[in-house]
Amino acid sequence: MNLYEFQGKQLFQKFGIPVPHSFVITKPHEAKQACEKLGGKAVLKVQVHKGGRGKAGGVKKANSPQEAMEIAGSMILNPILGERVNYVLVEEMVPIQQELYLSIVLDRSLGRNVAILSTKGGMDIEEVARIAPQAISHMPADPVIGLQDFHIRNLMAGAELPKTLWKPVSQFVTLLYSAYLALDATLLEINPLVVLEDGSLRAADAKVTLDDNALFRHTELREIEEVAVGDPLEAEGAMKKIAFIRLEGNVGIIGNGAGLVMCTMDEVKRAGGGPANFLDVGGGAKADVSQQCLELVLKQPNIQSVFINIFGGITRCDEAARGFVEAAKNSAKKVPLVVRLTGTREEEGKKIIAGEGWTTVDTMTEGAERAVQLAKGAP
Amino acid sequence: MSILVNKKTKVIVQGFTGREGTFHSERMIEYGTNVVGGVTPGKGGEKHLDRPVFHSVRDAVRETQADASVIFVPAPFGADAIFEAAEAGIKLIVTITEGIPVQDILRANAYVKSLGARLIGPNGPGITTVDECKIGIMPGSLFKKGSIGVVSRSGTLTYEIVADLSKNGLGQTTCVGIGGDALPGTRFIDILPLFENDSETEAIVMVGEIGGTDEEEAAEYIKTMKKPVVAFISGRSAPPGKRMGHAGAIISGGKGTADSKIKALESAGVPIANLTSEIPHLVHQIINKKVKK
Repeated sequence: MNLYEFQGKQLFQKFGIPVPHSFVITKPHEAKQACEKLGGKAVLKVQVHKGGRGKAGGVKKANSPQEAMEIAGSMILNPILGERVNYVLVEEMVPIQQELYLSIVLDRSLGRNVAILSTKGGMDIEEVARIAPQAISHMPADPVIGLQDFHIRNLMAGAELPKTLWKPVSQFVTLLYSAYLALDATLLEINPLVVLEDGSLRAADAKVTLDDNALFRHTELREIEEVAVGDPLEAEGAMKKIAFIRLEGNVGIIGNGAGLVMCTMDEVKRAGGGPANFLDVGGGAKADVSQQCLELVLKQPNIQSVFINIFGGITRCDEAARGFVEAAKNSAKKVPLVVRLTGTREEEGKKIIAGEGWTTVDTMTEGAERAVQLAKGAP
Repeated sequence: MSILVNKKTKVIVQGFTGREGTFHSERMIEYGTNVVGGVTPGKGGEKHLDRPVFHSVRDAVRETQADASVIFVPAPFGADAIFEAAEAGIKLIVTITEGIPVQDILRANAYVKSLGARLIGPNGPGITTVDECKIGIMPGSLFKKGSIGVVSRSGTLTYEIVADLSKNGLGQTTCVGIGGDALPGTRFIDILPLFENDSETEAIVMVGEIGGTDEEEAAEYIKTMKKPVVAFISGRSAPPGKRMGHAGAIISGGKGTADSKIKALESAGVPIANLTSEIPHLVHQIINKKVKK
């Protein structure tokens, strides 16, 4: 789960990580008040999950409360990078002396948590990695002893960090690493980490990814979770514990097993269509689950057809089929359905859907092609 | 021969008496797996499916000399079950459980490795050596004995591919599901050498997906292999930044795209199937080529 910057900064504060003063607002007039409280000048930042908002015009300076209100108004009205803007962060302008980059991230290849530090803050770290890889210092944490002081000294030396900054940065890394573990994060990124004129540090940005698998032991993050999932249908899926992600096409996709669902999406794309969503009914799904799944897919206003691809193993085709029939009956949206049932209780499943007028297919490729044709209005 | 497990492998089931544990233990026993008992804390001394139940893995190992374990416990207790199995001396720990926090698995991987044991999974279907030993949840009826090794990050998609191989006269030696998590205990790069050195395996089918760089690392190793590999990668249509069901199936920080994996594998001379249905044909082709050589 990815958090918005303001959520990340709220969490940072709980762990004693210094951030600039700020207010999160949802209405333009609140920006005016916030700017007044911050002394009449402020930086306004749209809160979106996609990177690159600065270049896209999502970060602007306001020199008066009135200007803050006007900027906030235009930010809230206009989607940025294809994302709707629900929140704007109004933040104090801080006197910056230097910009650093600092992150702790799960390195999948190493199987370790790694601290990354660079004196080239404020730019895209992948860009830095390309043009000046020597400016980036990495330090993997040990699974038993974690990130010790000597690790951090080596990290700072590797980044050629000025000695004057060793003490504050070292403290900062220690704080960030303990927050990372306590939150069950897979990414805490601060870019830039700013050095102020008085030598103190502030996290001027916060990119936070939390491990979805660990949310069960973080009841304190429940509210954050509700805000972070922007799409209402995805939020509904999450509430019902259905693995459901919205995409940009118009062919609804349902399958069992994440790999099979991805593969079904790929085949739809290959057939010249676009998947509207990813949905995995999971293993051994009963009729009530498959029903909820199809109902959810049919709630997407843009879909023109649905391809259901069930490979029966632990999942029984007849159970799944019963749920799909029920869902189609209950849903207001009527679109052509293409169904492939194969494996455990295939024949029983096919009998259940026989009277529904759905298109049945034997292979994934055939199903993808039919679903794409039907989405384009073919009879 | 075969890899990792065979007729002699003595298997215990952690979470033996639960719903999932019971259902899949029955299937494993039907298949002929040597299930010697199970562990459910608090139920030690009882019998379940005609086999002894133990309080702890330690007790089970002492009484049965089990050398492999399969874990069906719920995710919050997953890491504990892995630690317990490793501490008791189990050398092959197959974890089916989905949803174990990644920081738990990071520690479990380090601990298991320090004891010279191997973790398969989590969040995978397990491992099957055809007609000998099935550990996990793969439907046994799909397999046919043969000479193809299969290694995959997926579950159902693997069944689809195995069924297709069997239908097309391409039986299998062993099929390993390494699981869909971000930090699998065993990776492609760990399994490929085992197939390379297995006298019965003639060719390998590798099923990858978006996320991480395991396929790219495997491609480097494949360059040194004598046996041919055919690959399939799912998730070509997945956008960056969105987790596609599996905890590990996400393109992030510019890493883990299907394109990058396909490019790396192609540069290692691996034929890539665009559709799963092309896999049997590609395998036939590559085996025939080898014979001619």
